[in-house]
Formats: sequence, structure tokens, C-alpha cells
Amino acid sequence: MRMDLVIARPEGLYCPPGDFHIDPWRPVERAVITHAHGDHARPGSAKYLSVTDSTAVLRKRLGDVALDSLAYGETFRMNGVKVSLHPAGHVLGSAQVRIEYGGEVWAVSGDYKLESDLTCLAFEPVRCHTFITESTFGLPIYRWMPQRQIFEDINAWWRANADEGRASVIFGYAFGKAQRLLAGIDASIGPIICHGAVEIINEAYRSAGVKLPHTIRAGAIPAPDYKRALIVAPPSAQSTPWLKRFGSYSDGFASGWMQLRGARRRRGVDRGFVLSDHVDWPGLQHAISATGATRIIVTHGYANVLARWLQQQGLPASTFETEYGDEETVMPADTHDEAGAPSDAAGALGEAVLR
Amino acid sequence: MKRFAQLYAELDTTTSTREKLAALARYYAAAPAADAAWATYFLAGGKPRQVVPTRLLREIALRASGLDGWLLDECYLAVGDFSETVALVLPPPMLEDATGLSEWVEQRLAPLRGAAPDVIEQRLRDYWDRLGTRERFLLGKLISGAFRVGVSRLLVQRALATHAGIDPNTVAQRMMGYTDGSVAPTAERFAALIDAAAAHRGSGQPYPFFLAHQLNAEPATLGDVHDWMIEWKYDGIRAQVVHHGGTVWIWSRGEDLITARFPEIEAAGRALPDGTVIDGEILAWQDERPRPFALLQQRIGRKTLTNKILAQAPVALIAYDLLEQAGSDIRPLPQRERRLRLEQVVATTLKQCPQLPLRISPLISGLSWDRLAILRAESRARGVEGFMLKHHAASYGVGRTKDVGTWWKWKIDPYSADCVLVYAQRGNGRRASLYTDYTFAVWNGAELVPFAKAYSGLSDEEFREVDAIIRRTTIEKFGPVRSVKPTLVFELGFEGIQRSSRHKSGVAVRFPRMLRWRKDKDIAEANSLADLRELLPKVGDFAHEA
Repeated sequence: MRMDLVIARPEGLYCPPGDFHIDPWRPVERAVITHAHGDHARPGSAKYLSVTDSTAVLRKRLGDVALDSLAYGETFRMNGVKVSLHPAGHVLGSAQVRIEYGGEVWAVSGDYKLESDLTCLAFEPVRCHTFITESTFGLPIYRWMPQRQIFEDINAWWRANADEGRASVIFGYAFGKAQRLLAGIDASIGPIICHGAVEIINEAYRSAGVKLPHTIRAGAIPAPDYKRALIVAPPSAQSTPWLKRFGSYSDGFASGWMQLRGARRRRGVDRGFVLSDHVDWPGLQHAISATGATRIIVTHGYANVLARWLQQQGLPASTFETEYGDEETVMPADTHDEAGAPSDAAGALGEAVLR
Repeated sequence: MKRFAQLYAELDTTTSTREKLAALARYYAAAPAADAAWATYFLAGGKPRQVVPTRLLREIALRASGLDGWLLDECYLAVGDFSETVALVLPPPMLEDATGLSEWVEQRLAPLRGAAPDVIEQRLRDYWDRLGTRERFLLGKLISGAFRVGVSRLLVQRALATHAGIDPNTVAQRMMGYTDGSVAPTAERFAALIDAAAAHRGSGQPYPFFLAHQLNAEPATLGDVHDWMIEWKYDGIRAQVVHHGGTVWIWSRGEDLITARFPEIEAAGRALPDGTVIDGEILAWQDERPRPFALLQQRIGRKTLTNKILAQAPVALIAYDLLEQAGSDIRPLPQRERRLRLEQVVATTLKQCPQLPLRISPLISGLSWDRLAILRAESRARGVEGFMLKHHAASYGVGRTKDVGTWWKWKIDPYSADCVLVYAQRGNGRRASLYTDYTFAVWNGAELVPFAKAYSGLSDEEFREVDAIIRRTTIEKFGPVRSVKPTLVFELGFEGIQRSSRHKSGVAVRFPRMLRWRKDKDIAEANSLADLRELLPKVGDFAHEA
């Protein structure tokens, strides 16, 4: 029996022959980071490695840490193990980790989606023997509509609000979702105002060469005409006094969780836009089969469900317990990784701006 | 169907009354009368009948989606609503369909009832293929008989009144009985609802019930006690007795016609002068005092009323108010005046036929607010729930409104006990994937004995907090239920308590709900079964007679 190239340890996913961790949730010696969301990039490790596109945001999160970076596809050796990072299509600088050792190839997906995204490179299938995949939306109820349609809905909502003379406030995770929204909407409808936590990430995107429409930081002087404005804010800003300045407004929330009526109602916004940076159920099947992997390990989300389903399809599948925001331990609509990122971002970065 | 699904989605996503009214206005402006008739029926609380049994629906959904049963169950656990689950897992539709709501209901859905399973399957799969997620969800609600929507009847009436340019009270009046299921909603009936010319309502129709608000403030804030008419608050069936031309109709607050359940009261109604409408409460009644509600339920539950039941569960109508006299609507008159006329009508009728089970709700007068508070403490022993306070100058309003006068219910505090959370189950709908349904236990020696389930009374914030603790302290999972390490203490409120051989604890409580999360209490401080037994009615007490 060949050696497992990745195992689950109490502190995080670990590669024994390479002696490094991937997205550890506790401090370790060497951490390879798939992307800069709060539940995947945690502080305290001695050394970090990420894709170059990820470093700007990572530094904002983790501060001045020992951080090495690779270009996508570039190979790095650790104790004779070949490591390379490949686009995951989740957010700017998101990567899958390819690990090769002794003729065996494993890939760790991190978080990913298959649909194109103007703000990051598209997911690239990595041929491997064993594929470790996320399963945030690993249920057949999650099937995304084409994003063109979602953006049309958002534009129509914004335009209708503007015509009625009220602001449109859209909540989305400060890192990733917010920029995808900005890049996808019709910026000609009105001025775009961003919460400080969003604006700080916008700068990182722009400096990485991502084209975003002109945005105004909330609180800038002179204040623009809010009546026609789109305000992009992290979910943590919902029902806070920060919103008062915009006068009467309609609000919306952009997230895969908005697929469900219960989640929409709990969220208490006027509109739920089903726009996710995670892969949906049919997408999981495509992605898994595109890797050609003969063994699948499922992490965070509906891991048991997806593993059972894969077994039924004749694929050896098992699960890893991770701390990336398990459906069973945290509430999807609030503290999942998609949401974790913004509340952190808003917490660490935005609070200062708020006050 | 599309238009109604759109309306449903709009009503579902907003909590703002203004937005809901706007959505209704857009709908009524665009919908053909036949469709609007059905939409109004469903929105105002009319229930569709279940036309496809749930089990068959599940089997068909499994085949249509190609999913295994376990996977559909997992989906259901995440969604918390079966119709929505099915709507989301079916393959995308291949056809377009612009058929209106009335045709859907009458031509497509109604014939499914009682059809052969293979016919139902073939039709249903064809229907699904014509509908998007929203419409499929709605279809599921309509065929499973589980349709509910977040608008009040009052709001629908307001929207209709605005649409037609008539008084909302007129619409409310015309709408009485619209949703009782006895007649199908048609374009003609809808036109009659909103007809600006027609003035009069049909014979036998009740008036919209005037409903009381809960009094949470101190009663002294209501001002001078002499401005108020004070009555006991009875726990029975609120009803209107209508006498028109020798025929009597008895309507419940839910607008069910319940005449046949209460022949004695029908007789009393016939003894009233023609053109009379009385608002009152039907109570189980013996020896000039109310008896427990459970006894009244025997009347409602039975298909046929035997003489034995009539004798076992005697009833009376306790008259509260006079709404119509000699055929004219006297609701705008002040409470004081209506009461005076009610007293005359009841007295005259009883003079002629003293045996009739017709009583007038007694007034409690001459007491200060403080003395009333003391008297209110006797409510339980008297078999009532507290007081009703009605301003002398108030007109009889429509629904739970305050524009022409206000009725207050000044209820007694519920029983309460501190108990320990021992089991938790995930909620439905809005609360799917949150643990919100709890089983509570009290001490019996060193053992915790479950005695009540409750799922309301906490804020969303608190539910989230409790949910997180439940997930951390789970001992075992049994399907959707988790047993948890006993750490959380809640104050549970309930309305009544009785001995029960069906419960392990030996007691059963009525309307249990969480009053408070007692974070300050340790589980050792929770109440015991012995404490609960103390609350049980003693032999000879009112409630024990059940």
C-alpha cells in the first residue's frame, strides 16, 4: 500500500513526506495556504507559502509574517516532495495544492467554483490519483443559475430602486464576493459606494491588476447622491447604525445560501441573490471526474453525503474532519467560511474604519 | 400561476406592510378576475385540499429527480420544507406555460384528487416540466394542502378595498365565509367582493369579529376604571349567532359554520328577534358556571351528536355584544349603548323562554384597578382566563384594529416551572437546520423526567446561541433528535396542567412555551415533579372535573 500524501491531524491537513501543513487551523511550522479567507489562512504559523496573487490580501490579514510565494504552476520542493499551486477559481489568489511524491499525485482543492469569474483565474482540473474536495454545497438542492442571470437580477433591482429614489445596499463577503459583484454589475446605473472593509480589499485587487469599476469609500467627502447608489457592504454591517446615513434603502444579500427560502427569511433582507463562490452539486461531479482521481476524500460541508453518494457511484470515498466551518457545528447563513471571511475582515479591518 | 407565484415570492421576502400592499396592488391590477378570485381565497386563509398523498408525492419526486431516498431525506433536512425540496431537486423545466391560476386549480389540480397513482404521476411530471422553481414550490403547497403565506386577512382586505376604491370594512364583511370552502371562488364571487355599487351583504352572513389586544402595561395606564366595561375572559369558542328570517347561523371565529354542533344554541338563536346578530362565547356550562374546554371539544370532534353527548357536555352562549338589531348594523354605536340593547334583547328572550342556554356576560363594576388585580388572581378557580376591558365609547371594530375603539385582554400569568433541556430537534421552514424544538425535563429524585416540548418564546439570537450549545453538548443522535448533556435551564410557561397516563411524567400541560432562558440557574435548581404535582387541580377543583 502506498503512503498517504495528506492526512488529517488535530492541527490541520498534513503532508507527512513533505512535512508541511495545508490551511492548518492551529499554528504549525510550515503552512501552505490555498486562499486568504479567514478559516483557511489562520495566524500563528512560522512560515507560509501561497500563490503570488494571494500575498497582498494575506498580508492584510496576517500582518508581517514569513511568507513565500509561487506563481501558478511553478514547482517547489519540500523534502523531495513536488508541490505546485493551481487556480481554484474561488477568489483572487485561490489555489489547489498539487503534491507529487514517489509517482503518486494528490490534489487538495481548498475552496473552488467552476463558473468563470472576472476577478480571478478559472478553476483548472488537476489530474491526480487522490482528490481532496470541499463540499460546502454538496447537496442536489444546490444548482446555480448562470451568473449572467443573477447579475441581470441585481442590475434590475438596483435600477428599480434608483428610479424610486432609494439606495440599494448589497451585502456580500468583503473579500471575494464583493469584488466579483463589482466586476459583474452594470456600473452605469449609479455611483458605487463600498464599506471600508470592502474598499481595503478592492485596493489589493486593483494592485494585482484586477479591473474594478470606480468605487467611493463610504464616508468620503463630499458624499455622493445615495438615492441612486449601490452600497457594497459585508454582512456584519446589516442592521447596524452605519447604514443610517444612506436614508431609505432596499437591501439584498449575495450568497449561495440564498438558494433556500429559510435562509433568505432568516437573513431578513429584501432580496436574496444566489451567487456563490463555491462549486454546486453538478459542478462537484464534473470537477471530481475531470481529475481522473480513483480515490476521493471529502472535507467541509456535506462531506458524509457526498462521500456516500460517490461510494454509490463506485468511487472509494471517505471524509476528513476539518475546522473550515462544518455545517453541523456552525450556522450556514452566519458563520460559514464564506461568511467567516467577511465578519473577520469587517472585524479586523472594517471596525477601525467604522469608528 | 406565474403571476401568483411572483406575488407569493414578493410577499414572502418582505416584512414591510407597505411593500406587501404594493405587491398585492400590482397583482390585482394585472390578474384576471377568475385568477384573482382564487388568489384571494388562498391569501385570505382558504385552504386548498390535499389532492396528492404525501407518500405518493415523494415516490414520484424520487423517480422524477433520479435521487435515492436517503439523499432526498438529506436534502429535506437542509431545506426543512418538502415542497421546496422537491422544487429544487427536479431537473430544469423544458416547457413554457402561461396558464392562469384558476385553470390550474380547477382543470389541472382538482382532477388529481382520487386519480390513479400512474395518472397522477404522469400529470405531475408534465406539470413540473412546465414550471420554474418558484411555481413548483407553490404547486407543491397547493397539492399537499399546506399553503401558507405571510399576509393577514386584514391586509388582503385593505389591498382589495384600495383596488376597488371601496371601504375596507365593506370588503371584510363581504369576505365573511369566502374562505370556508363551501363554494368555489369564481370571477362572479370576486366581482361581488369588490363591486363598488352593491351595498348589501347576503343573508346569514356574520360580521368580521372584533379582536382584543393583549394588555402588557399596567391597567392603570388605561385611565379611569369607570370608563371601562369589565368582563371575565372565557375560554370557549368565540361565535356569532345570526338570526335572519327564521333561520339561524352560528359562525366560529375561524369562519366555520358550526350551527349543527350546537342545536341548543341554534334554538336560542331562533328565539331572538328576527334580524339579530349576537357576538358571544360558547362554553361548556353547568350549574351556572363554565366547565373545562376539553368538554367542549367532545362537541366539536364528533361526527354525529348523540343525546348522550348533548347531555354530557351541556353548553351555553355567553352574550358579549349586539351587532345587528332589527336588521340594521349597530356596530358604530358606542359600547355602552350596544350593551344596553343587548341586555334588553337577552332579558326579553329569556322572559319568554327561561330554559334557553343564553346568558349575558356579567359586568364587574365598582372596583378599582387594584381591587380588580386581586380579583383577577381568582381567575383559575373560576374557570376563566382573566378580564376583558372594553371602553364605554368604543365602536365594534374589524379584526385586531384600534381605529374605532380598543378591546384589551388582561390575562392571568401562566403557570411556570424551571426545567432542563434534554432533547433537541431541528425546526421546520424558517428554522430548518437550527435546533429549535426542545424537550424539557424536571427532577424526579436524581433523575430528569421529560414532561413537555416547546419551540417558541426565544429570540432568533437566543435560538442561535442555544443551537450552538446543543451541537457542542450532544450525547447521542437518534435520527433528527439529539440528546444533550443537561446544562441549560429554561422557565417554561403553560396554561393548564392535568394528570396523564400517556406521559412518563404523569402530567400533561397545555400550551407550553419558553418564557425565559435562566442562564442564572444551575440544573440542580430546576423544579421537581413534586413541584408540578402541587399545581395539579385538587379533587373538587374546577379543572379536575375534566
